[in-house]
Formats: sequence, C-alpha cells, structure tokens
Amino acid sequence: MHGRIRTWGPGALVLLPTVLLLGYFVYGLIAWSFNTSLTDRHTARKGPADYVGFENYVNLFGEERFLNSLKNLGVLTVAFIVGTLIFGVLWALLLEKGVPGESIFRSVFLFPMAISMIASGVVWAWLLNPSQGEDARGLNRLFETLHLGFLENPWWTAGNRWTTMASIALPAVWQLSGYIMALFLAGFRGIPGELREAARVDGASEFKLYRHVLFPQLSPIALSALIILGHMSLKLFDLIYAITGPNQFRTEVPAVYMWNTLLRSDQAKAAAIAIVMLAVVAVLVIPYVAYTVRQEAEE
Amino acid sequence: MRAGLTKTFAVLGAAGLLAVSACGNSDDGGSGDTATKDVTVFTWWADGGEKAGLDGLVSVFKTDCKDYNFVNSAVAGGAGSNAKQVLANDLQAGKPPSTFQAHAGAELKDYINAGQVDDVSGLYKDFGLDKAFPQNLIDQLTVDGKIYSIPANVHRANVVWASPAVLQKAKIDATKAPANVDAWIADLQKLQAAGVKAPLAISKGFAQEMLVEAVLLGELGTDTFNGLWDGKTDWAGANVTAALNKYKTLLSFTNADRETIDWPDALGYVNKGQAGYTLMGDWVAAQQLADKVPDSAYTYWPSPGTAGTFQFLADSFTLPTNGQNPEGTKCWLKTVGSAEGQKAFNTKKGSIPARSDANPADYPKYQQVAMADWKSNKIAGSCAHGSSCSAGQNNDILSALSQFSGAQDVAKLQTALGAALKTS
Repeated sequence: MHGRIRTWGPGALVLLPTVLLLGYFVYGLIAWSFNTSLTDRHTARKGPADYVGFENYVNLFGEERFLNSLKNLGVLTVAFIVGTLIFGVLWALLLEKGVPGESIFRSVFLFPMAISMIASGVVWAWLLNPSQGEDARGLNRLFETLHLGFLENPWWTAGNRWTTMASIALPAVWQLSGYIMALFLAGFRGIPGELREAARVDGASEFKLYRHVLFPQLSPIALSALIILGHMSLKLFDLIYAITGPNQFRTEVPAVYMWNTLLRSDQAKAAAIAIVMLAVVAVLVIPYVAYTVRQEAEE
Repeated sequence: MRAGLTKTFAVLGAAGLLAVSACGNSDDGGSGDTATKDVTVFTWWADGGEKAGLDGLVSVFKTDCKDYNFVNSAVAGGAGSNAKQVLANDLQAGKPPSTFQAHAGAELKDYINAGQVDDVSGLYKDFGLDKAFPQNLIDQLTVDGKIYSIPANVHRANVVWASPAVLQKAKIDATKAPANVDAWIADLQKLQAAGVKAPLAISKGFAQEMLVEAVLLGELGTDTFNGLWDGKTDWAGANVTAALNKYKTLLSFTNADRETIDWPDALGYVNKGQAGYTLMGDWVAAQQLADKVPDSAYTYWPSPGTAGTFQFLADSFTLPTNGQNPEGTKCWLKTVGSAEGQKAFNTKKGSIPARSDANPADYPKYQQVAMADWKSNKIAGSCAHGSSCSAGQNNDILSALSQFSGAQDVAKLQTALGAALKTS
C-alpha cells in the first residue's frame, strides 16, 4: 500500500494545483455561466434570480441580430481558414524548395504573428478605407496609384456578407499565414530524405512526389492547423472590434455581441451567447481530442 | 524519494503562505485611517480640454472642501467607451468609486435599476440647485420623481457646421440655416450639381444617430420628438416614416467612408473644403479653437427645422450606493453644482454651465450664443448622448442604424427603432 502511494503520490501532488485551478477557473466558471444563462438576470441588480429554463436560448435563436452574427461567423471562419491554408502551404512549398536567404523570408512571413491583433486591427482599419477613385485611401489608394482601379472595393462596408467578412478575414490571414507556413515547413523537413530519393528512383514526377508521398505524411499537421485556425476564428473579437467598432451590424460576430450584451448588464443573455460559442468550439475540438487520444492509445 | 516528497510539500506550503500573506497585505491597504478622507472621482476626462476642465473643478474643490483629498480615477477612451466597462466591474464587485461621471438623464436607468446610485433630490434643495438650474432641465433629469445626478455642464447636439467657401460654389448663403430638412436637401442637391461629391460629411456610429435625431426633431417638432423617448409618440406613425425617408435621402449625400471615420475626420472634410456641412455637437467649437481654425472659415446654426430648440446633453456626477466617504462625495457634488465650480469647469471644457445665473462675458464667442439659447429655447433630449434613453436602448439603435447604413431599408429601421425603445 505504502509503496503504491510512493509511485503515484508525487505525480498526483504535482498535478493537484493545475487540476484545482483548471477545475475552478475553467470548468467551474463554465458551469457558473451555464447556470446564469438559465436565469432571468437581465440587470446588474444583486440578489436571487429566477430560473427560466432555456428561454434565453430560444429568444437568441429567434433574434435577427444573433442569427446574423452566427452567419457572419460562419463566413469569416471559412474565408479565414481557406485563405490562411492557401498562403501558408504556398509559402512553405516555396521555402522548402530552397531559396537564397530563406531565414529572412521565414522571419518576414512569421513576423505579423508577433503583432497583437488589436494593434494590427487599428492599422487595417485605415488600410480598408472604402473610399474609391480620386478620394481613395489605404489599399484602394495603392490600387489607384498602380492603375489597378478594378481591384478597388468598399471592403467591409460592402452590402454582401461574403465581401464584408472576407475583408475582415484579410488581416487575420495576413497575421496567421506565417504560422501555418512554419508548421508545414517543419513537417516537410521532418520527412526523411530517403523517402524522396526512393520515390525519385521509382520515377515519380515532382507533382506525384508531393501528391502521393509528402502530403499524406502531413495530414496530422494539416489537422492541427485546421483546429488551431478554426478555434481562433470562432473566438475572434479584438480584430473586429478594432476595425469596425462596437454595434456594427454588418461585421458583428457572437463574441462582439456578447461583449455588447454584457456592457448593458444583461448577464443572462451574455452567458447564453457564451455557452453557444463554447458549444460551437466544442463541435470542432472534441472530435480532434478524441482522435488524438485514440492515436496515442494505438501507439 | 522521501526527501523529494518533503521538498514538494515545502514548496507548496511556501506558495500557499505567500498567497495568504498577499491577501492580507491588500486588506490592510484598503482600511487605513487616511482612506476616509479620499474622494475618488471616476471620469473619462483624461486629456485635452476635458482634462483642463476637470483640473479647474479640482482647484475649486480644494478650496471649498479642505477636509478632503481629491483622487483622480480617470480612464481614457472616447465617450467613456473603456471607462464604462471598468466602472461596471467596480460596481459589480461592490467597490464603487466615491462618485462617477455619467450622462445626465435616462442613461442612468441601468444604474438606478441595479440599485447602484442614490437619489440626490435632497441635495438639490440643500445646495439651492432647484432654483439655479432651469426648470425644464430638472424635468428632463427627473426619473420617477427622483433625480440621481448633478450636471456639471450642458452641450448642444443639434448644430450644423458649414463651410462658407464651399457653399459659395453653389451661391448658398452660409449664414442662414435652411428653413427645414427639405430646403436643406435642395441645397445639398445644388452643391452636388456644383461638383461637391459628398456635400454632407458624417462619421460612424453616434454621429449617424445624431443626424437621425436631428431630422426627427426638425420634422416632428420638440414635443412630439420628446414623446418618442417617453412612449407618448408612436414610432410606427406615418410622420416618423416620412422623417426616416428624408434621413435616407440625406445619407445619399454623405461620404462613402462614413463607417470608418470619427467626427474630427468629418469636421476635417468641411475645414478642407471637401464637404459643405457636418452635423455634430457643440464640442466642435472647442475643437476648432484648439485647431486654430479662423472664425471666418466656418459658420454654425441649429440643424434645419430645429431653430428655437436646444437638444441638450449633460455630463453629471452621481452618489453611488454604499460608496466610500459619502460626506466627501457630497462636498464634491456641491462644488460641481456651484457657480464657481461650473465656471472653472466650463470655460476650459468648451461647454456651457447648467446654471442659468452664469455671466456670458466669462465665455468665448460660441458659448455666449449657446447660453442665450439655453435660457430662451425649448429643450429636447438626445438618445445618442444618454439624456433620453438607457445604454441598452442606445446599443440597439446604433446596431439598427449600422444595418440601415448598408441595407437602406426604411421599414426595417422604423420597426427596429420602435423595438429598441421597448427594451430596458
């Protein structure tokens, strides 16, 4: 008995603070939020609140503003993930082929990630100025000067959801592509040289080499990238807040709406939005966690 | 192994002790003897004319309330956008400042409903403010028979700022306001015909809300307009539809980047001759003085159709429930309402005093005109600046207007505005 404690005791002791802190600050507070979301606590007044079941959720899903924010979020996530993967993989491929001054390019591409989104958001708010033609400013000015007038557009003030949210995704793509590049580059470098040589000896073309030998090896990396990008996009707040400000219907996502709702002290509704966001992220993350656990068990 | 375990315990124990002692320290700091003398004043006046105004107020406080210490607790950020979040946290945690800044009127509803501010009507009598402030201002500040704050100043919202040089291009007399919104639209058309692409400069968010309010005020008249906010006027009425359609027409004369700029940029378009007009509150006067724009380069008049009406907003101070040092706070509130306090504050901030007994000669040119109007005009409230609706209602209206700025659907806007006023 004594011997057994000695084997698992120290490990448990080391884990204990983490378990306690996570248990309280993450899972405890999730439970707290969920509990609040079931009440009618719509002001900052203290004291007991009544339980109203899932009324707050029913109201949310009957509200144009919330449904609009969910649709915006969907479009944003697709645009962000597709954009970032395209640029990230492209850059990784180019660098992997070997260019002079590779480390410089690597730093240049990675650098935007070091900037906080609130700071880059302020700059992008200027770049994405919707004025066109003679009055053009920001990116539109650049296009105007380069005689590429057809590329000018109203960015996020455009009427349609795809243009609007793709414009919001643009700065995020710019910031995160370098990170995805680094992930894939590390993946490429981790593949033993013998595999390539063997494929070349067997007469595989360069395209076939990548398509059938290298990319299949990178699927775990692609999956991680997808999860990382996906959950970042679902939580995105600072960039949108910095570019468009609060209360902007056209670019509002649940995170911004939650902040607005909390600012007017509607705690129950804000908690309900938070729980919906958590559910959306969980849909993405839980299968991934299950997959990794199974993989590790097999090894 | 045993030694390792003991060490682990020792480290954990030390960490626990540290945590406990850290808590103890912060408790000691909060309950010292000197704390009772401190008056913590929470504002979003962190720089510029606003900071200068606050400093003026503080110097009066230091002579009038020698027993107390002023503690500045300002949080920077336009129109209190950051400050309100910080304040909400402090109030929620049951640690209110001694007093905090808030727009006077209905915006206080959230705090009143949450039981976070006390009724100060008694202080109005004690300090003689019920006589010093105009009766119609007191009516606007009263919520269910009680008053919850003391205003330090008054600003006017319904002002159009025009560039005579630009208006000259279409031979329009800049000194005279168009008689109504239709006449204004006609002038805007003339300007566009004369080659001014976006004759009406406007910026994002609350500036668009101010324009809607100015059009509604001009079209419906003061009493009907005030009725929109207290439920006496129906938002679904045909007169509201007509006014919103005129707002839509006005938007078609505005700059394409209206969703991305702030009011100083819109004012810049007027000053640089790219636009003929912009509608903004009279803090523009202080900005023009600060930017050294000569008097001849701009004119101003009440927005079309609203001559004789003063759409007001006021910054005010509250008495939070269970705040520290309520006696010191009352002394601060006395300073805020006093003639010297209001003079020291307003001559620097560029607003006018809420008291009607101030001497106009102490103030710059624009304020003298505004003070005369403040005495003689009818008074209207403003949702954009909190005198007529709660923060939540304002939030919904801003969202509806940003949707309208893109989709331009008048019927939808009208429904959304009516619905916004039905929430709390």
